[in-house]
Amino acid sequence: MFTHTCPIFLHNYIIHMTKITYITHDNKNHTIDVQNGLTVMEGAVQNDIPGIDADCGGGMACATCHVYVNDEWFDKLPSKEDGEEDMLDMAFEPKKNSRLSCQIIVSDELDGLTVSIPSKQG
Amino acid sequence: MNKIDALIIGAGPTGLFTAHQLKLIGLNCEIVDNLDKIGGQCIELYPDKPIYDIPAVPECTGEELTNKLINQLKPFDIKFHLSERVDEVKKENENWIVKTNKGTIFSTPNVIIAGGVGSFEPRKFPIKDCEKFEDKSIFYSVKNKKIFDGKIVTIFGGGDSALDWAVELSKTSKVNLVHRREDFRGAQATVDHVHELVKEGKINLFTKYQIASIKGDNQLESIDIKSEDKETKNIKTDYALGFFGLIMQLGPIANWGLTIDKKTIEVDTEKFETNQQGIYAVGDICTYPGKLKLILSGFHEGALAARACFKLARPNEKYRFEFTTSSKTIKDRLGVKSD
Repeated sequence: MFTHTCPIFLHNYIIHMTKITYITHDNKNHTIDVQNGLTVMEGAVQNDIPGIDADCGGGMACATCHVYVNDEWFDKLPSKEDGEEDMLDMAFEPKKNSRLSCQIIVSDELDGLTVSIPSKQG
Repeated sequence: MNKIDALIIGAGPTGLFTAHQLKLIGLNCEIVDNLDKIGGQCIELYPDKPIYDIPAVPECTGEELTNKLINQLKPFDIKFHLSERVDEVKKENENWIVKTNKGTIFSTPNVIIAGGVGSFEPRKFPIKDCEKFEDKSIFYSVKNKKIFDGKIVTIFGGGDSALDWAVELSKTSKVNLVHRREDFRGAQATVDHVHELVKEGKINLFTKYQIASIKGDNQLESIDIKSEDKETKNIKTDYALGFFGLIMQLGPIANWGLTIDKKTIEVDTEKFETNQQGIYAVGDICTYPGKLKLILSGFHEGALAARACFKLARPNEKYRFEFTTSSKTIKDRLGVKSD
């Protein structure tokens, strides 16, 4: 049909990807193109980045997708929703820059985001 | 020894519906779960969160779903072994001999693992040294509060368990309460009560601190706590209690000789059998090409695993498929009147 070839509609068929860097506990950098709209947790799980368990599957109910966000990025992220800080109480060695990666949604603005994965999730 | 047709490990929605399916086709079963209540993740992680993708149920919470499944099991007499964890599974002739941490032993041709992401265990202190004091002077739950009488007890955590025990033990012990931030997630009334007790000097409160290290040889002597700014304080203590909620661990299942891939167990999609004959895995804990971690998938998997159990439990009988709408035998089992 016409819409499939018309360039005006081309953006409908392009999947926007954003580069996210995961630093695993062994200090290895894994830079991955993650589809916009997915969470930082889903980006890790779908690309077999070790260290993010995400036991509850993204329900903000288990604190096993805990990451440390690099300082330059921490304040740029949308702030935590109610409940995320409560769950972080249970995370393994939480710090000031701790977030649950299931609550960070990937978008163009996050291009270059770097998160570090703790040694354990619990 | 409990001789049964099938043992279900896990009392979450998948385990409960699998029990229903087993009973419908005339097999008996018992259920073991490490939690002290029925419902699995639905009750432990999200009792109040609405679920929208249960067929024919537009919306229900984890707790409501659990209660409906328990209700559906009412016609049957099913024995639950709660607060028990299956530790050992081994083959003896045609049967699996299954032992729990409380010493219950089952003999059964069929073991159905409906364990979600594993069993719920308390989250522990991040310090390795704490292990040697565990169940002596470091605890993650309180079994006998008398041992704390007149002693110094340091409680870590900011939820209801930590706050309730801080209030309770402050009556008979010297209590330190340590939490990583100023806000608590416990019930507001308890939070207010704790702050009153802090004012009265009955609880020493350390907020924005976390455990750094512990000191002591045979008996715990003191704990170093550190703030975000690396400021350290040493607090003398006889006991430490950690209340950081629960985490799911695959636990002993990992040692049963099953093929495991990323904390999930590989199964076929005909019987949902593992690489061991007579051991099945259903629900979130199983994996196969195309696996979806949805409750409805668990129901399907449980229904098929239950039929597979029939062959091993009744080797001399032929399984005959019947509908609940028309089968008199099934209606008798359900205790409903036939038309």
